[in-house]
Amino acid sequence: MNNSVTNTGRLLWAGLRALLVLTLACGVIYPLAVTGVAQALFHDKANGSEIRSEGKVVGSSLIGQRYDLPLKKGQETAEPDLKWFQPRPSNGLGENTVNTRYKLILSGATNLSGDNKDLIGQVRAAQQAVIKDNTTATYEVDKADVPADAVTSSGSGLDPDISPAYAELQVHRVAERNHLPVNEVRQLVKAHTDGRVLGFMGEPRVNVLELNVALRDLAAKG
Amino acid sequence: MSPVLAGVLQLLALIVALGLAYRPLGDHMARVYSSDRHLRVEKWIYKGIGADPDTQMRWPAYLRGVLAFSAVGVLFLYLLQRLQGSLPGSLGFRSIDPDQAFNTAASFVANTNWQSYYGEQAMGHVVQTAGLAVQNFVSAAVGIAVAVALVRGFARSRTGELGNFWSDLVRGVIRVLIPISVLGALVLVACGAIQNFAGIHEVGQFLGGSQQWNGGAVASQEAIKELGTNGGGYFNANSAHPFENPDGFTNLFEVFLILVIPFALTRTFGRMVGSLKQGYAILATMAAIWIGFTALMMWTEFHHGGPAFDLAGGAMEGKENRFGVGGSSIFAVATTLTSTGAVDSFHSSFTGFGGGITMLGMQLGEIAPGGTGSGLYGMLIMAIIAVFIAGLMVGRTPEYLGKKIGTREIKFAACYILVTPALVLVFTAVAMALPTPRHSMLNPGAHGFSEILYAYTSGANNNGSAFAGLSSDTDWFNTTIGLAMLLGRFLPMVFVLALAGSLAEQQPVPATAGTLRTEKPLFTGLLVGTVLIVAGLTYFPALALGPLAEGLAS
Repeated sequence: MNNSVTNTGRLLWAGLRALLVLTLACGVIYPLAVTGVAQALFHDKANGSEIRSEGKVVGSSLIGQRYDLPLKKGQETAEPDLKWFQPRPSNGLGENTVNTRYKLILSGATNLSGDNKDLIGQVRAAQQAVIKDNTTATYEVDKADVPADAVTSSGSGLDPDISPAYAELQVHRVAERNHLPVNEVRQLVKAHTDGRVLGFMGEPRVNVLELNVALRDLAAKG
Repeated sequence: MSPVLAGVLQLLALIVALGLAYRPLGDHMARVYSSDRHLRVEKWIYKGIGADPDTQMRWPAYLRGVLAFSAVGVLFLYLLQRLQGSLPGSLGFRSIDPDQAFNTAASFVANTNWQSYYGEQAMGHVVQTAGLAVQNFVSAAVGIAVAVALVRGFARSRTGELGNFWSDLVRGVIRVLIPISVLGALVLVACGAIQNFAGIHEVGQFLGGSQQWNGGAVASQEAIKELGTNGGGYFNANSAHPFENPDGFTNLFEVFLILVIPFALTRTFGRMVGSLKQGYAILATMAAIWIGFTALMMWTEFHHGGPAFDLAGGAMEGKENRFGVGGSSIFAVATTLTSTGAVDSFHSSFTGFGGGITMLGMQLGEIAPGGTGSGLYGMLIMAIIAVFIAGLMVGRTPEYLGKKIGTREIKFAACYILVTPALVLVFTAVAMALPTPRHSMLNPGAHGFSEILYAYTSGANNNGSAFAGLSSDTDWFNTTIGLAMLLGRFLPMVFVLALAGSLAEQQPVPATAGTLRTEKPLFTGLLVGTVLIVAGLTYFPALALGPLAEGLAS
C-alpha cells in the first residue's frame, strides 16, 4: 500500500514535470516565435488588417461594422444610414456581461433553427426592410431579388462581406442618396467584388468597408 | 461557376492535397514512432521529466503514464483558470468559477474543447496560450501515443511491451505537431489571421466611434486547434470569426489541417504492421464515409429545407459569405467526423437533416478519419468487431493482422463501443427528465431536444462543437458534460491499451486459405457497414426524436 502511494506520487511528479517542460515549449516558445516571425513578415495582417481613410483608422477589412444613423431619443435600435452600403444583419452579436468595464463585442450566431418562429419573423422583417429601403423612384425591388445573405445573420455576426447580388441591389439607393450616377456606383461595386480564391475556393463577395471608403472618396470628388 | 460546382471542386482539391501529404507524413510518423534515436532537445526534455525514454512499458504502465499526465493536466489548467484574476497578462479578466473551470479543464485535456465560456470576454493571454493551447498540443499527442501503442500491439508478438509513453508523447509534440503548426500558423497570418499580444484596444470606425477588440496569439492557437483536432476557439464564433479564418482559402486550409494527421496515420499503421495494404483498407473505409457524408451535407444545405430558409431563399443563417454553403458544409462534416469541433458556421442553424448529419458523424465514434490517434484506434476497434461478425458468419475464430480475436479481445472491443453511447443516452435521458436542464434550451420543439442530445454526443465523443443555443454555463451542464468528456476520453483508452497488451502477448497465427483478407475491398465494405449499423442501431431512436423529426417536417 505504502509502496503504491509512493509510486503514484512519483508518477504524478513526472507528469507535472513533463507538463511544465511542454508548457515551456508549446505555450511560451511556440507562440512567441510565431508572433516574432508574423510581426516581422506580416505586420499589418498580424495586427488586424486595419484600413485607413482620410488619415484615420476606420476599422478592419476583416471585421464587419454597422453603418447606422445616430440613435434618436426613445429609439432602441438605430436605423441604417442609407447613404452607405449596408452589411448583413448581425442578430447573434452580443455584448460582454463579465468584464463590463470593457465594451467588447462578443462574436456569435443566433443559433436559431430553420423552423423557429423568431427566425422566420427576423427573416420576414429583414426582407421587408430591404425592399422598402432599396426601392427608389426609378427602381423597384422584387422579393425574389433579395438574396439570402441580406436577410440572415452570419456565424460570427462580424461578416465583413455581402454577396455581389446584395451589393447590386443597393446600387440604385446608394447612387441616389450620394447624388452619383448609377453606373459609376455599379462600376465601384464591380471594382470591389472579390471572386473566389483561385476561381473555386469560397464564394464571390464584396467587402462593405472597403466599398464604403471608396464610395466616400468618389462622392467627395463628384 | 455555380456554388454547387465550386463546392465539389473544393472537396476535390482537398482530396488531392490530402493525397499529396499522405505518404510523406504517414511515413514520417512511422519513423518518428519506430526510431531508436533521440533528438538533442528531446534528451533535454527527458532530463526535465526525469524519465528514461528507452524503458519499455507494458500496458498497465503505459496507461498509468497517460492517466497521470492527464490528471496533472486537468489540475494545472483548473488552477490556472481559478487564479486568472491574480495572474499578470490576463487583460484584467477575472478568475473562472469552479464549475466552469472544471468543465474547461476536463474539456481541453480530453481533446474535446467544449466551451461553456465566451473566449473573448473570459480568457486572457496567459490562460489561452500557456494553458489551453498547450493542452491542444499534448492532448493530441496523447491520442496519437495510444493509437501507436495499439498498432505496436498488432505488430509485436510474445511480448507485453508497448513502447514508452513519455517518449511517444514528446516525439509527437516535437517532431510532428510543432513543426506543422509553425508552418500552418504562418500561412494563416499571411492570409489575415491575427498574431499579437495587444491588449483590448479601441479601433476607429467608418462613421466615427470605435469598436473594442481583443488582440491575441490567434493564428498560433488556430493552427494547433485544427491540426490536433481540438477545436476550442480563441473567439466565441470560433473559426467563423474572420480573425481566425479570414477567407475561402484559409477555410479549406483549416479543413486540411484537421484531416491530415488522422488520414496519414493509416499509412503509419500500415508501415508499422508491415503491410501498407492493410493501411489502405482502413483509409478507404474512412474516406468513403467522409466523402459520403460531405456529399449528403452539401445536398441538404444547398436544398435548404426549413421554413425560415425557404423564405430567405438559402440556408445562410449562421454561415459566412466568404465560405458560402459549400465551404461551410465541408467544414461541418470534417469537424464532426473528427474530434475537432471547431466550426466555421453554426450547426444549430443548419437544416434539420444537416444538423442530424453532424450528430451522426460524432455518433459513429469519430473514426472517419477521427481525431488525432483516437480516429485510428476507434476504427481499428471497429475492424475487430467487423472480423468478429465475419467470423460468426462462417463459424471460425476471427483473426486480424495475424492475431486471434478471442473472448478477451472481443470483450475489450465491446466495452469500448459501449462506453460513449451509454454516456450520451443516459445523460441525455436524465437531462430531459429533470425539470431545470430543459430551461437551457433556446429553440422549441424537436430542435430543443437536439440541443441537449448534441451536447452530450459532443462531450462524450470528445468533439466539442455545439448546437450553441443551449445555455450550457450552468452547474448541471458544466458538471455532467465535464464528466462525460473525461469518461468518454479515458475509459476507451483503458480498453484500447488493455487490448493492445493482450495482442502484443500473442504469437501470430499464420494466414490460411480460410483467413479473411482484411486488405481487400470486400473487407472495406464490411467495415463501412459495421460502422453504420452499430451507430445506426444505437442512436436511431434518439435521432428520430430530434433532427429526423425536424428534417421530415420541413
